[in-house]
Amino acid sequence: MAEVKLMKGNEVIAETAIRCGCDGYFGYPITPQSEVMETLMLRKPWEETGMVVVQAESEVAAINMVYGGASCGKKVMTSSSSPGISLKQEGITYLAGAELPCLVVDVMRGGPGLGTIQPSQSDYFQATKGGGHGDYHLIVLAPASVQEMSDFVALGFELAFKYRNPAMVLADGVIGQMMEKVVLPDYTPRWTEEEIEKISGSWALTGKKKNREHHVITSLELEAHRQEVFNEKLQRKYREIEANEVRYEAINCEDADYIFVAYGSCARICQKSIQLARQEGIKVGLLRPITLYPFPTQPISDLCSKVKGFMSVEMSAGQMVEDVRLAVNGRVKVDFYGRMGGVVPTPEEIVDALKNKFSI
Amino acid sequence: MSRMELTDIIKEENLVLKKSALLTDNVMHYCPGCTHGVVHKLIAEVIEELGIQEQTIGISPVGCSVFAYNYIDIDWAEAAHGRAPALATAIRRLHPEKYVFTYQGDGDLASIGCAEIMHACNRGENIVVIFINNAIYGMTGGQMAPTTLLGQVTATTPYGRDAKLNGFPMKITELLAQLDGTCYVTRQTADTPAAVRKTKNAIKKAFQNTRLDKGVSFVEVVGTCNSGWKMTPVDANKWMHEHMFEKYPLGDIKDI
Amino acid sequence: MAKFRGAIVVDTEHCKGCSLCVVACPTHVIELNPDVNGKGYHYAYMKNPEACIGCASCGLVCPDSVISVYKKAVE
Repeated sequence: MAEVKLMKGNEVIAETAIRCGCDGYFGYPITPQSEVMETLMLRKPWEETGMVVVQAESEVAAINMVYGGASCGKKVMTSSSSPGISLKQEGITYLAGAELPCLVVDVMRGGPGLGTIQPSQSDYFQATKGGGHGDYHLIVLAPASVQEMSDFVALGFELAFKYRNPAMVLADGVIGQMMEKVVLPDYTPRWTEEEIEKISGSWALTGKKKNREHHVITSLELEAHRQEVFNEKLQRKYREIEANEVRYEAINCEDADYIFVAYGSCARICQKSIQLARQEGIKVGLLRPITLYPFPTQPISDLCSKVKGFMSVEMSAGQMVEDVRLAVNGRVKVDFYGRMGGVVPTPEEIVDALKNKFSI
Repeated sequence: MSRMELTDIIKEENLVLKKSALLTDNVMHYCPGCTHGVVHKLIAEVIEELGIQEQTIGISPVGCSVFAYNYIDIDWAEAAHGRAPALATAIRRLHPEKYVFTYQGDGDLASIGCAEIMHACNRGENIVVIFINNAIYGMTGGQMAPTTLLGQVTATTPYGRDAKLNGFPMKITELLAQLDGTCYVTRQTADTPAAVRKTKNAIKKAFQNTRLDKGVSFVEVVGTCNSGWKMTPVDANKWMHEHMFEKYPLGDIKDI
Repeated sequence: MAKFRGAIVVDTEHCKGCSLCVVACPTHVIELNPDVNGKGYHYAYMKNPEACIGCASCGLVCPDSVISVYKKAVE
């Protein structure tokens, strides 16, 4: 039975992981997402579903535990926040290079360096453009509510296994820390060994059987032409993801002259800004990317013929705005408003910025 | 002694030693005389003798033995540099019925992977760790490893390892034996037939230990890197005897 | 006490000529062949087959598992 609860975003990540049949969580404490592992340790899912939970010695170890678990075709995940995600990049690029499905949750805080523990969206580049070395992409989902923190754990695993690719839930500290009503999903049992054999039996480490070749999980290929062939295969996969998996929400866009483009907590704030602007007669809409990779390039492009301009609103110095500009490609004006350092913008200042930048 | 033709001896029923069926037909990329080849063979023989091919998962490192997966016919994951114990932790916890081992060199295990091996040992994971100590980085061209001896010449210690400049040879195996999560810690070598037999017994015991929920079984094999040491394989074995065992004495360090 | 005669068969194409078997052999059976294999290695062979006792020392230390060892009791 679905269950309605009042919960913190981070707690919901843990609760949904248990409910959606996750096999293993490997993490290391970091603010503002430590509640994920705390909730798991309190819930003791190993007694309930058999899910393994390990507090690793570092983020580096945690992501490599994910690499190990994912190698076996298991549903495994980790979570962290910005500085910890930087440490995980080595493992993430290996996961991408070995084409392993897994879920990484990033509850962003402000940087660079140790930065601040306050919320931020300044890791958009890191999340959507690769993050580690090599030509690769993660599938990046951006929740804007506690409900989506729950929904995207299940969706992240689904997409990760569909494409044999790491998926990331890119939240910000606001979404991780806020409490909201959430409808928790029903329990899905963990996959049995037979189900893993069926789903991932062609590649996963399940123990070398007499009737098959041994399986090797590796991202190593020393022969240049074979590596290029592999790179081309990865690129074909990304094109397929771009064609099939774009998700976004369009709010009040039908009659809009201006469009806010915002994700996560900024998208929530922009909804209030739309109300304020419309009270002043300024027709504004919101395009909220749900998948940051693949980015909703086409929906933005399609709006160009109907609107006067776009304003990307982010808690960063302007990162996603670059993808908006690429989508718009000079057809209408694109501008940006952001706050940094853990400062959350108010609805009023966003409206003021719109009026100012577009001379309304 | 009665006369006996070779053809009388070379018959299937007289075969006493042959290549393990678990070793693949791939020609090992290792230099002539490399210790890795001997240890790979022993692991393959142990897995074959225990009949656990279907239950065994190996983790290969970064270093010369990165391609270990090409040679032993089991399922393998190839880890990032030093991270094999983290992979092994997850795989063994998610598959308690499996035999999981890491195969790591001294740079991988004692330098870049120091944290991962320490904590896997400290958590008492039920895994086997095979640690090859040849006191040098082989794959990258013979640079100093944490285990390089004082005075030893390498590509990055061209005037010999100087403690003031480079620190001291690291006895990581003794350190790991201090941790409550290890149950069997031993240092072996593989240069003579007797040493090879002892190392094989140690590896077999380590694999069997993983069934007993006692923690990490850690087998160090002091070996040679004749290319890195710039010697013939035979001279490298002599050098190992004369220099390595004083710092890295052979035998069981812990067995509980 | 039973006496044994032995013999080895070397996979010459995969032998790398490292000589470890040569020094491991207690009865000085093995040497490197003056000829080379396809990779240019002087491969191990039984220079003195009569002396082989089938102890398998050569095979134990061989890093490339190219030596098969046979052993037969002398009647």
